[in-house]
Amino acid sequence: MAEVLVLVDHVDGAVRKTTTELLTLARRVGEPSAVLVGADASAAHDTLARFGAAKVYVVSSADVVDHLVAPTAEVLAQLVERTSPAAVLLPSNGESKEIAARLAIKTGSGLITDAVEVADDLTTTQSVFAGGYTVRARVTAGTPIITVKPNSVTPVEAPAAAEVVPFEPVLSQAALGARVTERRPRAKTGRPELTEAAIVVSGGRGTGGDFAAVEAFADALGAAVGASRAAVDAGWYPHANQVGQTGKTVSPQLYVASGISGAIQHRAGMQTSKTIVAVNKDEEAPIFELVDFGVVGDLFTVLPQATEAIEKSRG
Amino acid sequence: MNIVVCVKYVPDAQAERGFEESDLTTDRVGVDGRLSELDEYPVEEALKIVEAGEGQVTVLTMGPEGAADAVKKALQMGAHAGVHVCDEAIAGSDAVATSLVLARAIQKLGEAGPVDLVLTGMASTDGVMSVVPAMLAERLGLPQVTYASELTVDAAARSVQARRDGDAETLLVTAQLPALVSVTDQINEPRYPSFKGIMAAKKKPVSTWTLADLGVDPAQVGLAASWTTVEQVSARPPREQGQVVKDEGDGGLKLAEFLTAGKFV
Repeated sequence: MAEVLVLVDHVDGAVRKTTTELLTLARRVGEPSAVLVGADASAAHDTLARFGAAKVYVVSSADVVDHLVAPTAEVLAQLVERTSPAAVLLPSNGESKEIAARLAIKTGSGLITDAVEVADDLTTTQSVFAGGYTVRARVTAGTPIITVKPNSVTPVEAPAAAEVVPFEPVLSQAALGARVTERRPRAKTGRPELTEAAIVVSGGRGTGGDFAAVEAFADALGAAVGASRAAVDAGWYPHANQVGQTGKTVSPQLYVASGISGAIQHRAGMQTSKTIVAVNKDEEAPIFELVDFGVVGDLFTVLPQATEAIEKSRG
Repeated sequence: MNIVVCVKYVPDAQAERGFEESDLTTDRVGVDGRLSELDEYPVEEALKIVEAGEGQVTVLTMGPEGAADAVKKALQMGAHAGVHVCDEAIAGSDAVATSLVLARAIQKLGEAGPVDLVLTGMASTDGVMSVVPAMLAERLGLPQVTYASELTVDAAARSVQARRDGDAETLLVTAQLPALVSVTDQINEPRYPSFKGIMAAKKKPVSTWTLADLGVDPAQVGLAASWTTVEQVSARPPREQGQVVKDEGDGGLKLAEFLTAGKFV
């Protein structure tokens, strides 16, 4: 069975959920080989084995870690050359899409980004124009390179050997042009990561800058906290939490928009959420066109009341 | 400092966007177009860089005739010259083909005088793949400094330093010129064209190039050359509007009930 290369998304070796989703999809197509860049195998091995990686290519070269995007693309190009994989799957985040882009040019391969489904014949499904259209596409040249959005599939365990294969790439001078001189980890909030969370509660202009009710409601549901562009531009919440066209795209099981009108830029980032709920004072707000359930009311009374009811029901 | 800014002419996101029935490409004719909002940021950044030192800003686009409007807007903001690559064979080009045409155009601009900096936006507002900047850097062999939310250019040291806000961490990235930099919407506040700028733009040079001018074989671009194919496009059925209740003192309780019934609690 042909190998399917999966680029591992990790934080200091802790494998992120998106990777377990990619391994699950890869098994439909062939035998998953994880590509682990910038961490030693010890922290990642268990998870990769549990979700079906037959092999783990481990790249620990400092040059790869210390430079942006280009060296990792060379790593993957050399692995494609060596293994002739059925496909290369990457997570749909900014950096991995750039790696995929360079890999496509290097290998003369077709690239599909932001897939929400990959079938066993490598046909992909994408959701475009702010979720208004569904597109089915396939790669017709080279090795299919596909980036997949988080939450596209439920990860299923299928234990495999995860044989560790150290890989030493040969890097060109051109790949070492953009050097990372400093890394500042994001402050930990204790809440789930926005793009991976099963539930996202977002606040917008209607919060007036006070996110306490939004955060309390999110914590009652075990949710991540998002913010609209208006709230971020006003300096009320960090840009890392922005949901929308120029922020993160989320596709959780439940999305709660509070004090968000629902401009097209925001909808582009959340419209594929499975269930959508809104709380807004303005009954004309376009967000209500999307909702499964909406409350026309003040978020500062509605959210605390719901929070209390949920906490009480838990006892 | 010789700066080239790549910009895209896109269907207005506020308008009804759709696909051509015949070939399933984005409808770029039947809708109002504009300079992609996210491309105003690299134009602004380029202007700030030359205003703080010296240099020339050339704005580059490819697309149908209407795409000249995107160049015009950038010239009104203050860019010095424009290039519009316009050729029937380009229609339906994907990111791979787009990056090929833009790379050749940048190389041609470089023949007149070395290009120090290529600036782009973080994404287009229609395709939203965010891959063309990386592809351009790959094709041009330039250092790739992308998603810059803060940029410092040191003309004397011929280097750039950028802040890049990643998913889990913030990176500081540095590179020597010439380099390719893509910028986010966090980097600056794009200016509005002034009346003076609008008048001055009319006298600024705009070159229109064809694929032949760039030495690009038409067979390498357009829909037929794409390394991917769209098999089917379907309009997503409009979401059925759910229940909307007015808060009469029990809105929060009703919300909690809905969430409990949906097993979210």
